[in-house]
Amino acid sequence: MKYALYPGCSLDNSSVAYAMSLEAVAGNLGLEFETIDDWNCCGATEYHTIDKLAAHAVIARNLALVDEHLDQVVAPCSACYLNLKKTDRVMTEHPDLGLQVNRALAAGELSYEAGRLNIRHILDVLYHDVGEQAIREHVTQPLRGLRVAPYYGCVVVRPYDDLDNAEYPSRLDELLGWLGAEVVDYPVKAHCCGGHMAQVSEEQAFELIRRLLSSADEYDADVIACLCPMCQLNLDAYQDRVNSRYHTRFDLPVLFFTQLVGLALGLDRSALGIGKEIVTAEPVLDSRIIGMGDAAPEA
Amino acid sequence: MAERIGVYVCHCGSNIAGMVDVEAVRRWVGENLEDVVVSKANRFLCSSPGQGMIEDDIKDEGLTRVVVAACSPHLHETTFRRACANARLNPYLMQMANIREHASWVTSRRDEATMKAIALISAAVERVKCQQPLQPSSVDVNPQTLVVGGGIAGVQATLELADAGYRVFLLEREPSIGGHMAQFDKTFPTLDCAACILTPRMSEVGQHENVTLLTYSELESVSGSVGSFHVTIRKKARSVNEETCTGCGYCEDKCPRKVLDTEFEAGMGYRKAIYTSFPQAVPKVPVVDRDSCIWFERGKCGACMKLCPTGSIDFEQQDQTIELDVGNIILATGYSTFDARRMPQYGYGRLANVFTSLEFERMCNAAGPTGGKILLRDGRTQPKSVAIVHCVGSRDKNYNHYCSNICCMSALKFGHLAIEKTGAEVFSFYIDMRPNFKDYEEFYQRLLEEGMSFVRGKVAEVTDASRLPGEQGKLIVQCEDTLLGRQRRIPVDMVVLMSALEPREDSKEVGLKCGISCSMAGWFTERHPKLDPVATMTDGIFIAGACQGPKDIPASVSQGAAAAARVQSMITRGTVAIEPIVATIHEENCSGCRVCNGLCPFSAIEFDADQQVSRVVAALCKGCGTCVAACPAQAISGAHFDNDQIMAEIKGILWDARRPETAGAAEEQSHD
Amino acid sequence: MNAVAQRNEFRDQVISATPGGERLLDCIQCGTCGGSCPNGPDMESTPRRLFALIAAGERERVLHSNTMWHCVSCYLCTSRCPQKIPITDVMYTLKRMSAAEEGGTESDGASLARSFAGYVDRYGRSFEFGLASRFYLTHKPSSLLRMGPLGLSMFHKGRMSLTPSRIRQIRQLRAIIDKAKELGRNGEGQS
Repeated sequence: MKYALYPGCSLDNSSVAYAMSLEAVAGNLGLEFETIDDWNCCGATEYHTIDKLAAHAVIARNLALVDEHLDQVVAPCSACYLNLKKTDRVMTEHPDLGLQVNRALAAGELSYEAGRLNIRHILDVLYHDVGEQAIREHVTQPLRGLRVAPYYGCVVVRPYDDLDNAEYPSRLDELLGWLGAEVVDYPVKAHCCGGHMAQVSEEQAFELIRRLLSSADEYDADVIACLCPMCQLNLDAYQDRVNSRYHTRFDLPVLFFTQLVGLALGLDRSALGIGKEIVTAEPVLDSRIIGMGDAAPEA
Repeated sequence: MAERIGVYVCHCGSNIAGMVDVEAVRRWVGENLEDVVVSKANRFLCSSPGQGMIEDDIKDEGLTRVVVAACSPHLHETTFRRACANARLNPYLMQMANIREHASWVTSRRDEATMKAIALISAAVERVKCQQPLQPSSVDVNPQTLVVGGGIAGVQATLELADAGYRVFLLEREPSIGGHMAQFDKTFPTLDCAACILTPRMSEVGQHENVTLLTYSELESVSGSVGSFHVTIRKKARSVNEETCTGCGYCEDKCPRKVLDTEFEAGMGYRKAIYTSFPQAVPKVPVVDRDSCIWFERGKCGACMKLCPTGSIDFEQQDQTIELDVGNIILATGYSTFDARRMPQYGYGRLANVFTSLEFERMCNAAGPTGGKILLRDGRTQPKSVAIVHCVGSRDKNYNHYCSNICCMSALKFGHLAIEKTGAEVFSFYIDMRPNFKDYEEFYQRLLEEGMSFVRGKVAEVTDASRLPGEQGKLIVQCEDTLLGRQRRIPVDMVVLMSALEPREDSKEVGLKCGISCSMAGWFTERHPKLDPVATMTDGIFIAGACQGPKDIPASVSQGAAAAARVQSMITRGTVAIEPIVATIHEENCSGCRVCNGLCPFSAIEFDADQQVSRVVAALCKGCGTCVAACPAQAISGAHFDNDQIMAEIKGILWDARRPETAGAAEEQSHD
Repeated sequence: MNAVAQRNEFRDQVISATPGGERLLDCIQCGTCGGSCPNGPDMESTPRRLFALIAAGERERVLHSNTMWHCVSCYLCTSRCPQKIPITDVMYTLKRMSAAEEGGTESDGASLARSFAGYVDRYGRSFEFGLASRFYLTHKPSSLLRMGPLGLSMFHKGRMSLTPSRIRQIRQLRAIIDKAKELGRNGEGQS
């Protein structure tokens, strides 16, 4: 099956590690992705704050640009996933609004038939389309009990809970289990990282980040696995600032779950973007002898 | 010979007269409609003088047909039919024209209302000329009754009927009667011990000469109709001989196999593989749970069999099929509870010290798994603080829209018990307080005085992720205290979830077996929610208690008694009249294609394989007309709704339609 | 003051500007939203109280409040609301109304959103470096000092481009955006 890929702006920038690991993993597992040609920014939460119809139209342009032979759209970024899915749903459930969006698209000689595409998060594709058996079979270097705290963030499970339970999801937990990790079950795995709040109001955002780090730490996680660029950025890049503000000493590496998948598949650390994270993951990976390739001593 | 028709137009106060020009209508009808010899108006025809006028006219004017233009037949068809009958005119020679709901109440224009009233009366007049005198038939009522469900509502209904001298078969799925009430500790608002008030009734049922108790049994099928139902019951094998068992309990004592009791103890305690549900069980005869019994697992043990002083254990026992004939059936099948795991934000199943209401009841019960002590899951520690969460799965469009009626009162009861037994700080988290029956508001007052705290705000989540000082090691209840307008986090030791009441999982199937339906929410549908809550749309099938909708014990008892009273009235009358508005299959025209058989919504058509014709069972037929319309050979006629009558009605409505000649002339004119 | 009950136009506007907004009428003030919100304690009014204010027609107070600007779009409220009110979407509506209105809350959130959308309009892509630097320069210059090291770190790891990306068919996107804004001004695009 071929998928249309909507990378989202972060994958070129703050989350280049996500892009690298996604490409490497897809190659290894035989997933065919075709990037939507000339895709534009989905507007994140910001465009909806300014103009509803324009926000939907900006998003819909991407849907309209998907090759007519493809009907599966994959988004690695949770916010992009939500935006694409929401616009499609809103256009379907509110035909008047759908009509207006298409009128706007028509000004760019485009159109989108609401409901045509199935918009999915990359977690969904790995969990359902590739599946447990295939992943287990492809794992060459199980993660040797690395204690991983799966962090879902919000919008991959809310408001659309078709992929997983909105309050206490478990798909990522399971997938990490297939990789041989020891999955840490901690209570705030689907609580908010604060999103863009880190730029708007540090006090609030840092408190939300602190809560997550604190819980993962309390449950002795070695590493946190994210599936959203915003979450990874917040937990990783601001960890130092959180430590200053709250006099904590968190030292929790935060990786994208695809990086962990890649490590378990035996792929090269640098190909997976390991090292791009601010709070370095090298020590904990070294100590578990993970992703050391030929340099790994006999286990 | 021409008919002599009397037309009566009702003012209905201003309900009709306020919009319809009643006097004009009366006059027009008298002057214009053929065969109308009397045309009168009256302020309230349904009143005694009103009916009296109709009766007198029938006698004095020799009326052969009557038309009453008034409200809906739903309300007064019976009234006016009775008036005709009193005057010795066949009641089916009366027709009503609804000029209230269909004319006065659907427009704000007087001229429209009046014109429509005229059309409707004209239709009724034409129709009534074609109507035939009909005789209702009657069937005998079997004085035996089946009550399905041995909870408090079923027990009440059973005792009422049995005390009146009639035989009752009480069918119960569990090994013992008693229902949910037997699981409770105390009942609100009196704080009576549930068992103390219930078990005497249960004993009475168990010993009553007029009651046949069928426990550990299932309803398999129901056929027939009011007055004569035929019921098939599967009596599951207890593996114990009920005749010889003395209920000594030795077997239960000696049984080596212990299993989690997910039924009576709500998963809080254990029972044996051979067990009685609780000490006061009726009947006192135990049951062998064949899924957990070692003998059935691998042919070993058999301790109960060896040790039973009367040799009553019978592992060979088979399920039994019992056939019964009864006149009426009362369904009192009770309720189930919401599975709180569906709301992960409350932590049930994940956080140890989150309990459901049923679990808490069992804990409070002196004969329960903790001997009546309120303890945390470690079985040792008393909580110092308890949070009671209202509306778990109720009043929630994500789960059940409705309010479960009893939880607010139950929460107060739990608060009282917790305070009494442990002295803990108790918090109720509510959206609204609903103490809605006699002495309930006073009970709320009592709890206020006992120092229970009330926070108005639906709980958002229960978590063990501590954040603020004082939260470590506790369960934190997070909500918005809406009266303060502020989010609050309250650390407690124990959380009790007031789970919604839900219909039984198989209520739809049970309903279908008896020919009744369930509402969207899954509760059995009553005939009328305000005026007839214990009857259903199927004559002879009654409902009582929580299976009709969540309710407390007094309401369940009332409904049980009400259903019994209805059944008694059927039994004392001895016969029940079957409306003659039924379909008839003209066998000489029937080809035996059986198209009608499957279409009948009331399963009222039988097929005679020998004669190769179908036949309508008049007692079941509701006269809906589906078969009449469907029959490819037009071999079925519907009494009181035959083609002539319907065509006459249409002709009456179109009283002012153009005749073909004039229509043609008008068309010619318009071409010029 | 007119004692006769008046049509609550403000509430009507909020409802018509939000897909599924008519469910706002179903609010029973249970407080689940206010209880779930991660930023609830920092808001002047919880979402619940804001809805009470909307129901009371208090337009000024609502549009001046900081509630919606503290919304992080976590959707916990929406997912839990027993009346299935699309709460997060109502927050977006209020943000739009507040940002568009003279005298609405002039918050950092509004200004960040405008900058972000501005980059999308201009390049078809977001531009984090531009956004962050402009935002900190204009709103929190002192934070620049603290954020500096992080920015540098990100740049060195190849996680932050100093120049914006651009889509090829920016004219097409702009035509679409312009048309959408025009339709929006004419009162279209209400659901």
